[in-house]
Amino acid sequence: MAPQGSMRLAAFDEMLPEVSGLRKPYSAYDRWLKEQDPARLTEKMQDAERVFRKTGITFAVYGEQEASERLIPFDIVPRIISGNEWRRLTQGIEQRVQALNAFLDDIYHRQEILRAGRVPKELIAKNEAFLPEMIGVRPPAGVYTHIIGVDIVRISENEFYVLEDNARTPSGVSYMLENRETMMQLFPELFQQIKVRPVENYPQLLRQSLAAVRPQSTKGAPTIAVLTPGSFNSAYFEHAFLADQMGVQLVEGQDLRVVDGHVAMRTTEGYKQIDVLYRRVDDSFLDPLTFRPDSALGVPGIMDVYRAGNITIANAPGTGIADDKAIYSYMPEIVEFYTGRKAMLGNIPTWRCSEPDSLKYVLEHIDELVIKEVHGSGGYGMLVGPAATKKECEEFSKKLAAKPSNYIAQPTLALSTCPILTDKGLAPRHVDLRPYVLVSDRIQIVPGGLTRVALKEGSLVVNSSQGGGTKDTWVLDD
Amino acid sequence: MLLGRTANGLYWMNRYIERAENMARLVDAGLRMALTRTQNASEEWNSVLLSAGSDASFTQKYSDYTAANVADYLLRDTSNPSSTMSSIETARNNARMVRTALTRETWESINEAWMSLKRMLAKPIDERDLPNALDAIKRETALIRGSFYGTMLRNEIFDFSQLGTYVERADNTARILDVKYYVLLPSISWVGSTLDNYQWESILRSVSAHRSYRWVYDADYKPSNIADYLILNVRMPRSLTFCYRFLTEHLKFLGDDYGERHACHATAAKTQAMLTAGSIKDIFDAGLHEFLANFIRDNTRLGDEIAQDYRFY
Repeated sequence: MAPQGSMRLAAFDEMLPEVSGLRKPYSAYDRWLKEQDPARLTEKMQDAERVFRKTGITFAVYGEQEASERLIPFDIVPRIISGNEWRRLTQGIEQRVQALNAFLDDIYHRQEILRAGRVPKELIAKNEAFLPEMIGVRPPAGVYTHIIGVDIVRISENEFYVLEDNARTPSGVSYMLENRETMMQLFPELFQQIKVRPVENYPQLLRQSLAAVRPQSTKGAPTIAVLTPGSFNSAYFEHAFLADQMGVQLVEGQDLRVVDGHVAMRTTEGYKQIDVLYRRVDDSFLDPLTFRPDSALGVPGIMDVYRAGNITIANAPGTGIADDKAIYSYMPEIVEFYTGRKAMLGNIPTWRCSEPDSLKYVLEHIDELVIKEVHGSGGYGMLVGPAATKKECEEFSKKLAAKPSNYIAQPTLALSTCPILTDKGLAPRHVDLRPYVLVSDRIQIVPGGLTRVALKEGSLVVNSSQGGGTKDTWVLDD
Repeated sequence: MLLGRTANGLYWMNRYIERAENMARLVDAGLRMALTRTQNASEEWNSVLLSAGSDASFTQKYSDYTAANVADYLLRDTSNPSSTMSSIETARNNARMVRTALTRETWESINEAWMSLKRMLAKPIDERDLPNALDAIKRETALIRGSFYGTMLRNEIFDFSQLGTYVERADNTARILDVKYYVLLPSISWVGSTLDNYQWESILRSVSAHRSYRWVYDADYKPSNIADYLILNVRMPRSLTFCYRFLTEHLKFLGDDYGERHACHATAAKTQAMLTAGSIKDIFDAGLHEFLANFIRDNTRLGDEIAQDYRFY
């Protein structure tokens, strides 16, 4: 792989690339934009914030004093993807998601891929995300990861890469839906002029998808519930939102117990059986009898019910082994192993710091690379070399040298940009994309997703916990 | 189907919305007394705190019963779990927890009330601004009530919400009466002194009934009429009888829906029967204070039984 320099790379702008001029997917929007009064747009921006605050679409930031509720900043310029681009993307995503589920089934059963030597054994055996409790367990309908948020970045007109496979409990889908709702409220005329594919049926699709993977023993329509850690969780808004939109109960661990071999919820009329649990609680908190004994967020004994095939847990416990950052670097091999074809969506070249040669390279080029914790998420505990000070790089080198297997490194990619509205007019900012994938007896991808945008000029970190914002994402019906 | 925890959240959300408003009403009545009477103002503020059930904790913090201290403690002090600010915060936390059971309008009105009162009550209220602040509190809770009644489906969610409202309201009215019961006892002279008149008006004002009283009874305040109005009048929205009319009604809906009757049904029916059978003369003859003390105790028990019978915990 070719190491990249630390200079600020010229990024590809998805609306107005320097070389070729306005890109076609943006032409209709650009026409509309030119007719707008800038003062009115600024006003709309404020309207948007009011809408979000009023509806209480907030998130809590861990580690901040007061654990206050904050809004994720919303930008009113949409990120636009053509129908053709989308078709190509979805083919790549479908292939990847198939491979992820096949990998999970294999890794918890025969482990063919390890026997074939395509993925090192110790990577699985020593991995905390691998759950021995899942060995030999086949979930209802054979689906392990039901809801996936594949993070995709773009480098140029034709280069898309997968940054992360979020196969555990990807969040953010409520923002995809609320962003669209807000845009339609603010600019109804735009949606009449431009045919944008709808995303609002996501909750119905999710519900159907969850119902389709119910346990075999379920008689009649399955009872579905969303399991949340509670109203103080940073993503609580989303949990409530999805339960509400699907028309199912939003439950906490304290509502649930095992009754007669089934998981049941305490209602005003007594305990009622649950067939499918869309859980937004991490594996380790799911069952205090099996995992963390101090967990009050889970259900004692749920794993026994699960192993007996009497409840569907979505996503299945142990799916973290598929989106682990150390496994990520093997995804091209994994995709090819299970689908028999080369991966359509590329991986970002990744140095595994556990390998001595790679570690040496990473330590020598730390100021050029992005270094991530293998098990980290949310942009915490990572170093963006080119943006870091010398001192920060030195300190990070020490941490890295002390526990190399805890880290991977990737080149600093010039993520594509998309304009946002600032006080001084449109200005390019780096973006990524998280489409949401539903897996049941089929794979469905809602045309759109969550576009996250780094609001600070030049910043490459798009995570909401680190000052990122979001945009409505349009897939054109063309 | 409703989770027990959700029923609990709805019940307490509404108790606290009611309480947030009742605090403002009590301060309003106290302020009126303090403005119209220069003597014994501290005694009046003491009564206000007793009615609010906050006297003991207040005296741990303050030595003087002044308007500024009491208003601060009852409206904005977050160390007082019953202050308007604490109540609206607790109401919102419960609303967040049961959000999926609420209409968007109801949730937004609670969220907006919380945002606006948090802003208003962030700093101590200047005495000149106190009447405006009290109005603002009552307006916010009125908006919540309006969106709630205007948009909620009349199902079990509505029933549990209403149970919270009326248990809290009945408790509040009974406490106000009990703190002042002695000024309502028949005295030797049937025409009250000026002092009594102020006291009587204050009682009515603390349940926002000083104007409507005149629509129902003689223009003059008469202790037995005031007691009748607040205890037995079935049309007066803060009277004990009014509260129990709705408590028994919503419990009946729940009993019919679920096809099951519980201890709470019997308790509510007993209180309801006592209120409809009695006349104010009977109540005075048997002892007003004793009547109110029994009522408060039974009302608390009803709340506990509802929680148990409907698996709140």
